[in-house]
Amino acid sequence: MKYTEEHEWLRLEDAIVVVGITEHATTQLGDIVFVELPDVGTTVVKDEEIVVIESVKAASDIMAPIDGEIVEVNEALNDNPSQVNEDAIGAGWFFKIKPSDPSQMDGYMDEAAYNAFIG
Amino acid sequence: MSDLLHTPLHDLHVELGAKMVPFAGYAMPVQYPMGVMNEHTHTREKAGLFDVSHMGQVIIEGSNFETVALELEKLIPVDILGLAENRQRYGFFTNAAGGIMDDLMLANRGDHVFMVVNAGCKDPDIAHLKSNLTGLTVSEIQNRALLALQGPAAERVLGALNPMAANMRFMDVATISLAGAECWVSRSGYTGEDGYEISVPSDQAVALATELLSHVDVEPIGLGARDSLRLEGGLCLYGHDIDTQTTPIQASLNWAIQKVRRTGGDRSGGFPGADVILAELANGASQKRVGLRPDGRAPMREGVQLFAGLDDEMPIGNITSGGFGPTVGGPITMGYVPIEYTAQGTAIFGELRGKRQPLTVMALPFVPSNFKR
Repeated sequence: MKYTEEHEWLRLEDAIVVVGITEHATTQLGDIVFVELPDVGTTVVKDEEIVVIESVKAASDIMAPIDGEIVEVNEALNDNPSQVNEDAIGAGWFFKIKPSDPSQMDGYMDEAAYNAFIG
Repeated sequence: MSDLLHTPLHDLHVELGAKMVPFAGYAMPVQYPMGVMNEHTHTREKAGLFDVSHMGQVIIEGSNFETVALELEKLIPVDILGLAENRQRYGFFTNAAGGIMDDLMLANRGDHVFMVVNAGCKDPDIAHLKSNLTGLTVSEIQNRALLALQGPAAERVLGALNPMAANMRFMDVATISLAGAECWVSRSGYTGEDGYEISVPSDQAVALATELLSHVDVEPIGLGARDSLRLEGGLCLYGHDIDTQTTPIQASLNWAIQKVRRTGGDRSGGFPGADVILAELANGASQKRVGLRPDGRAPMREGVQLFAGLDDEMPIGNITSGGFGPTVGGPITMGYVPIEYTAQGTAIFGELRGKRQPLTVMALPFVPSNFKR
């Protein structure tokens, strides 16, 4: 598992990267009430805003952590966005991306570094 | 947050694990560990305790109530003289253009008027009162906290501390003893639920709050849930849904202006902006505040522009409050639209992140009020 400074987690599964946000991020955001996901098949560029999360407090954006193609999105979040709060690193995943340059993952933090980062 | 003011309950909020945020110059709890959604639902189902000590508590005294009422009616377009002793009423200060300077609650306390005004407006409100009232004394109460206990269990909880509380009706006011403190209690609130607002001496506020929170049905509730509760209740937030640019008629607050202050009434007009407000009452306003429900699931918030059609270039209005309504189970908003778009069921659009999304004009409140009338 890798972590970004934007509080996303990235998990490599069979050459596909699953992306979500960390439990720390969900605690900061509060109850999530709406998630707008990208379309499957979209080609995205690192740092492009591709997900909108609405919590009871405010809207925030999630950026593509790496370049690639969106191959699957978590449709369950359309009806049940609170899954992100309940299981941030499991059922609360956002999208799966087929990386065009897997080495972009290397720059991100491991769990120990992320835990140190959030203090 | 070192330069922020603290309410008498500040340390209790921190102890309870509240996330504190700056609000109107005060450090206030926006949520507790329970979270906004659960706090909201808890208040609708049981009872929530809110710290609203940041609001201004003001006493206006004169030789007798009649004198005070008639003077105040020069600034506030509601029937104050006709308010029975120990009854409370909603009102607002208007300016010469008919705009709203602040909204407030006022009560006839026999020999004086007790008023509660918004935190962000209290200094200008008090200055406004002092400079415009002749022969009256205006004092801000600074040694009392203000708590709100809201929700269907509120009567049972407060009635257990003093049975007199349970006998009060909606908008009744009384001085009663609660947990050893002399409290000024009104049966009112700003959540759409039954409940009480309790003015308690500052040095006894923590003890009373702790006593109330010890009840199994009572949880502390922050500003986050206070906002979603009042939005579902169709209630205006000053500085957002109403301000100096909106008249009471545009704000759909006609009900707050009693007949006696309208054209043909015994004390018609005589308040700032009466010409504008009475003309709008007679002829209708060009725009009105309405409830609007986004058809989709995406919340639309304050500032979102409203359009009549998908391709219209000019907006017809904008959203003044919006978010997710936990009891409604979806996004809800309030906003201003021209009079021809105010009929229930009218379909319009809001522009969210560059895309036009449909909204439907709805009756307010979104959640039926549960007052003890």
